[in-house]
Amino acid sequence: MKYEVLVEVRLRPGIADPQGATIERALPALGFEGVEGVGVGKAIRMSVEAPDEPTARGRATEVADRLLANPVIEVSTVTVLGDAPVTAAGSAPVTAAGSAVR
Amino acid sequence: MPARIGVVVFPGSNCEHDVVKALGLFGEARVGAELVWHGERSLAGYDAIVLPGGFAHGDYLRPGALARFSPVMEALSKYAADGGPVVGICNGFQVLTEAGLLPGALQKNRGLRFLCTTVGVRVCTSRTVLTSETATGTELALPINHFEGNFTCDAATLERLRAEDRVVLRYTANPNGSVDDIAGVCNDEGNVVGLMPHPERASDAMTGGTDGLGLLGSLVSAATRHARLPA
Repeated sequence: MKYEVLVEVRLRPGIADPQGATIERALPALGFEGVEGVGVGKAIRMSVEAPDEPTARGRATEVADRLLANPVIEVSTVTVLGDAPVTAAGSAPVTAAGSAVR
Repeated sequence: MPARIGVVVFPGSNCEHDVVKALGLFGEARVGAELVWHGERSLAGYDAIVLPGGFAHGDYLRPGALARFSPVMEALSKYAADGGPVVGICNGFQVLTEAGLLPGALQKNRGLRFLCTTVGVRVCTSRTVLTSETATGTELALPINHFEGNFTCDAATLERLRAEDRVVLRYTANPNGSVDDIAGVCNDEGNVVGLMPHPERASDAMTGGTDGLGLLGSLVSAATRHARLPA
């Protein structure tokens, strides 16, 4: 079974995020007030072959831990989106899978 | 017998020829530098290894993130653990931190600008293969050329680096936000050194300065000493 998984990679709390800070500073000039805590990260999607969802999540987490996030400066969140391919026209049903921050 | 220095080439490395040329300035009787493709699984016969600057694997995902899975890296880890001299310059430094051979990580420059300029650095220890022939406190002018040169590590790691005399170079006027102005660090033994500035680009008066020659000379000497060790 193929599971669609989303891995979000973010900077660890405390690590400087000049991109996020720059965007945040630009917002008032564009007319947006009251928006703060802007952070820029990465979203990586993948299709994981696995017999069940926990196995899929485990495999994706291994990929995230070993490659996608640098543990010195980043943390990652793994979300299983569903057990069907995401089509161009819409999105697969989202399971009540929750996510784990590592 | 001249010492043999291997300069690793990843897809996207672009400073390997400058490194080979700069090492050639020490004379072919003393040293011969050659390119080593990242697909090689053996580093046997080399007396020192340089990971040069550039954009290995396009800096995809993170600078150095994919290079650390190159076939040559397993041999490099063993080479470093066995005490072989290893110097990572710029992207090479990034590869070494991603590979876990050096601590910390290189983040985006604080000002979010790609920096291509000459900066002042100060040698902070002479106990490494790159700085053994330069007195602590010596100030050098070296070119930097990077967008992700902001050295970062947690407080405990920084404390350990300072206590163990593993900060090799500091910027005299921090251009990129690196913690403690760190421009280069080494491993426990001092045989693995990473630095963001390019000593090979300060090896010829015609291109602006020769302050990098002392550092490269230390590496050549380290390679010569390593070559003479019993096999």
